[in-house]
Order: sequence, then structure tokens, then C-alpha cells
Amino acid sequence: MKKIYVREDWCLGCHLCEYYCANANLGGGDMWKNLKGKAIRPRIRVEGDNNVSFAVQCRHCDEPHCLKGCIAGAISIIEGVVSIDQNKCVGCCTCVLTCPYGCIVPTETGVMSKCELCVNNAGQAKKDKEGGIVGFIPACVQNCPNNAIVVEETEVTA
Amino acid sequence: MSKYVIIGNSSAAIGCIEGIRKTDTEGSITLIASEPHHCYGRPLISYYLEGKTDAEHMKYRPDSFYADNGVETMLGENVTGIDPITKTVTLQNGNSLRYDKLLVATGSSPRVFPAPGMDSVEHKTSFMTLNDMKYLEKHADQRSRILIVGAGLIGLKCAEGLKNRVLSVTVVEFMKQILPSALTPKAAARVQAQMEANGIHFYINNAVGEYKKAPPASADSVTLRDGSEVSALLANAESKYPDNTYTAVLKDGTEIPFDILVLATGVTPNTALVKDAGGTVNRGIVVDADSRTSLPDIYAAGDCTESVDVTTGETKIMALLPNAYHQGEAAGRHMAGAAAPFEEALPLNAVGFFGMHILSAGSYTQDILLEEDTNEYYRVFYGEGDKLTGFILIDKYARAGIYTDILRHGTPITEALLKEPGLLPFSRECRDEILTQKGGKN
Ligand SMILES: Cc1cc2nc3c(=O)[nH]c(=O)nc-3n(C[C@H](O)[C@H](O)[C@H](O)COP(=O)(O)OP(=O)(O)OC[C@H]3O[C@@H](n4cnc5c(N)ncnc54)[C@H](O)[C@@H]3O)c2cc1C
Ligand code: SF4
Ligand code: SF4
Repeated sequence: MKKIYVREDWCLGCHLCEYYCANANLGGGDMWKNLKGKAIRPRIRVEGDNNVSFAVQCRHCDEPHCLKGCIAGAISIIEGVVSIDQNKCVGCCTCVLTCPYGCIVPTETGVMSKCELCVNNAGQAKKDKEGGIVGFIPACVQNCPNNAIVVEETEVTA
Repeated sequence: MSKYVIIGNSSAAIGCIEGIRKTDTEGSITLIASEPHHCYGRPLISYYLEGKTDAEHMKYRPDSFYADNGVETMLGENVTGIDPITKTVTLQNGNSLRYDKLLVATGSSPRVFPAPGMDSVEHKTSFMTLNDMKYLEKHADQRSRILIVGAGLIGLKCAEGLKNRVLSVTVVEFMKQILPSALTPKAAARVQAQMEANGIHFYINNAVGEYKKAPPASADSVTLRDGSEVSALLANAESKYPDNTYTAVLKDGTEIPFDILVLATGVTPNTALVKDAGGTVNRGIVVDADSRTSLPDIYAAGDCTESVDVTTGETKIMALLPNAYHQGEAAGRHMAGAAAPFEEALPLNAVGFFGMHILSAGSYTQDILLEEDTNEYYRVFYGEGDKLTGFILIDKYARAGIYTDILRHGTPITEALLKEPGLLPFSRECRDEILTQKGGKN
């Protein structure tokens, strides 16, 4: 299964991944235009102090509490990626209350979002020579200057 | 090849199907349910009235779900009996069906406390099913005055759902606070103020003594707590059903005119099938962590059962959707021979009213470990020493699930964690397990 891992010893706590995450999920492109002056809503969160720091995002659990408790049936596992159908979500926050790691983040409209490994973010698509999409590289993985976030399979298959 | 039969078509039933299919992809599954609909998220009926979802998006699983999982459905059929000796269930239409393993996931029914004159009220309903929702969609309009009896989760979600469709919504509650079984009086008062600010009228610590046909003599005779504005509204009301206008006379003499009555005074678990078959039933059907009843090969899950609250050790009915799913799934896994008992049941509820979010879990009987009461938010934590037993979070709830997980596993709580939920206060070892493991802990 595809999964992002965090290497705590490599993380310097710079929070760059949060910005890249927020930007990728706003459609990508010019970060300055997208994020300037806005409260960002990243789906990854860097915790820590001067001594320890690490990033936390959805673990794509095999037994996801968020999915099992969702009152709308809005959460499902699509090819290993625990995903929210935002058209079904009614913003009740049950998943916020059940995810053991705090990985569900409300959007501006009140429906929920979470890390979906960038599989829906066209900007993170990895293309072959003919331009066909062969996979996705999560924005946090691609942009961490310290390689503190890695994905188990270097890319997520399309 | 095993023959599985499931009674019910809601969260517990779906959890059971998904639990069975984790290991057994061969056995036949037959699902029988009295409601004639594709499975839907029951709590969504209020969101539908509010316009936040529609019939298509309310579906709890995709249209192809039953076919994908090899489930034969018998929707709109009532089961009337179980014979544990011959291992058969009997339907109302006279047919009967054999099972190897049976799940009873029959949920609950509205509990109604009759009052004089209630029978004469023409437009009245409970608020538990898609049909109840359709009934209100059909009958309630801009001229309707709604009276809701009962300020539990269901009554209040109904009030919110109807608010913008109707002329007025009044809620009468017998207890001294709203949401008596879910919140502390202090938290409940905050929610009540929020609902009042959004136009819902409350009569708490009160009850309907009598229902009378015919409108009150004049709007002036209506003693409403918040005076002129409401009286004017009521005086202007051109009832949709001029011949069917009613007055509820409360215990304290207040008269409330209304057109449509919603009864939301609690629910009773549907235990009769198991009880009549000789199974052990207290208030709910008695089951173990694998959702087994006292009868061989008969399981029960969801709102029809009672289970052990890990935060208190008490056995109670926790009629909430996540518990229903988990219990159903545990039943399915045990039926298919790959048991995965559900041992983490606890009361757990996230609910919103007019933009206010209330997330709560556990019990509130121990000491207060931390309380934060500000204009913007409210947070309170209960427990003893470093053991957390419950919490209520209003409008400040980011990463609340970290607290829920602490309740589930009895992990010691620290001051730093109470202040701010995160993974930093956990040990490096524990964090490594979470952040680097392959499957994700559950
Ligand atoms: C308005 C409302 C709002 C709610 N909001 C929330 C919320 O925000 N969060 C939360 O956690 N929970 C909420 N709940 C509770 C939640 O809906 C229930 O806990 C959940 O639906 C229980 O699922 P269940 O599978 O046990 O049974 P139910 O959903 O009650 O389903 C029972 C099934 O059994 C079938 N059945 C019953 N008897 C028979 C029979 N004799 N023969 C054949 N079929 C039969 C019925 O047709 C139905 O399909 C709410 C409930 C309501 C009504
Ligand atoms: S959101 Fe939380 S519960 Fe759901 S899969 Fe991710 S880590 Fe697991
Ligand atoms: S907030 Fe949305 S995704 Fe989360 S449990 Fe509620 S309906 Fe499901």
C-alpha cells in the first residue's frame, strides 16, 4: 500500500510542507498568488519545538476509524487511499472526533478534507514521455528540502 | 458455503457485510429490511430538510454496493420471527428463510408518551426515517408552525432542519436542560443560547399536558417567553390547514398554537425478535464484543443492543452510528471465522447546530481536569489523576480524535495534551509506531 513516512530525525521543523500541501490542494501553481495573506489549511501538520519536530498526515489506516464512523458514508478507500467525497460530506465532524491522529481538516465551506496523497492534484502528476499520467508525487514529499517525508513507493500509481 | 442472513439495512448491517467480505467472499448473504430504500445515512434526514444534501448523496453506500458484495436484498419486508432450533426466520408475507449465521440489526423505534388529545392531532410524525423526512418535506411549509416534543439529538436536529422552511419552531423538553443524555447542563445552556439566537423557541422543564383542536381565541392569549415579535408572527399566521390547527397546553398553562407535531421523546431498542426467540435481553439485546447474543449463531449489533462503555465499565445503550458500524463489523468478522472483537465502545458524538460544533465523548461524572470557558469556545475535560474519562469541545475541536483515542485505550493524559492535542507529548517510541508503521494502527 502507498503511504507517506516521516523521518523524525531528518525534519528541521521548517513547515515548508504545510505550504506546499495547501498550495497543491488549491490547484497548484503560483504559491504566492494562492496563499498570500490567507489562513492556510494544510492537510499535513508539523509539530514540535526546537529539539524535536515531525510532520503528521493521514496514515491511510487499514482499519480507518474515520471511514467506519462517517454518518454519511462519505469516506471510502479508493485503491489504498482513504478518500472523502466532499459532495456527500455534511460537515458533522464525526471523523474529526474519531481519527486517532488528528488528520481530518475542515475546509472553508465546512466539509472535510484530508491528505489523499495528491492523487487528485493534477499538478502533482508524474507523466511519461508521451505525456500520459503514470503516477502522483505528493507535494510534501517532492518539496521537503531535507527528505524527511518519503513515500513507500516513490510514486503513487494512477 | 455459509448462508448469512441480515435483518436491517443501516450502519450495523452494512458493517456486517463489509466484515464478512473481508474474509469470506463466497458465502451467500441475504439482507432483509422493512424500510423499502437503498441504505442511507440515517442522521442525514435533517441535513436533507436543511438543503445540505439530497436523495442521491444521502446514500450510505454506492448503488452498486449490494451487487459488488454479492448481497441479495429483500427490501420492504418485515421479519416477524426467528426460530433458533430450525435456524429459520419468518417474514410477514409468510415466507421463511434458513440461515447458518444471523445478524439482528433492527435499530430502534420511537418511544411515545401519550398525552390527552394527541391522537386527534392530524399532522404528526416521529423523526427517524426517510419516510418521516418525506412527510415533513410534504407537509411543512412557510406557513407551518412546528411543535417538537423532546430536546434530544433527534428533536434538535429536526428543529434545525426545519427552521428555514417553516414559520416557527418550538421545542418542549421535560428535563431541566436540552440534550440531557449527551451534555452537561453548562454545555447544554450554551447550545440552547445558540439555537435561540437562530430563532428556535424553547420550553424547558415543561411538558405538554393536553392537545386541543381549534386555534387559541386570539394571539394575545398566547403567553410566549420572548414576547411581541413572536406573538405578531403567530397572529399573522395563515395556517396551511385552517381546519387542523391545534393548541398544546403545557403543564405550566402556556398555550402553544401549532400545525405539525414532531414527537422526539426518545427511542426504544427493537429487541422483540431476539427476546421472543429466547435470547437474553435487558434494555437492549445483550451481546459480547463479537456481537454474539446468548443464542447460537445469532448476532446482534447497533441501536438494538447494549454494550460496555470503556470509560465507565457500565453497560448501556449507545445508540450512535460509529458504534453501530463497529459492532456490525465485529459480528461479520466473527461469523466469517476471523474474529476481531470490538472492545472500544464509548459514547461519542459530533453534532452541529447553526454553525456551532459540539464534539463530545465519554462520561462527565469524574473531576474536572481542565475547563476553558471563553466567548469563542468552550472546552472541558473530566477524569481522575492522569486518566481521562470524558470531554466536551464546543467550537474549538481541531484534532479532537487524539482525545478519543486516549479514551479508547486508557492512555495517561498530560497537562500539555489537555492544552493542545498533538503527538509531541507521546514518547518517541509511540510516535515512531504511528508515523512509520506500514498499515496504520487502528
Ligand atoms: C435524526 C437522527 C439524527 C442522528 N444523528 C446522529 C449523529 O449525528 N451521530 C450519530 O452517531 N448517530 C446519530 N443518529 C443515530 C444513528 O442514526 C443510529 O445510531 C444508527 O442509524 C444505528 O444504526 P443501526 O444499524 O443500529 O439501526 P437503524 O439505523 O435504526 O436501522 C434499523 C434497520 O432495521 C430494519 N428493521 C427493523 N426491524 C425490522 C424487522 N422486524 N424486519 C426487517 N427489518 C427491520 C429497518 O428497516 C432498518 O433498516 C441519529 C439518528 C437520527 C434518527
Ligand atoms: S484520517 Fe485518520 S483514521 Fe482516517 S485513515 Fe487517516 S489517519 Fe486513519
Ligand atoms: S464530517 Fe463529513 S466526512 Fe466527516 S463524518 Fe461527517 S459527513 Fe463524514
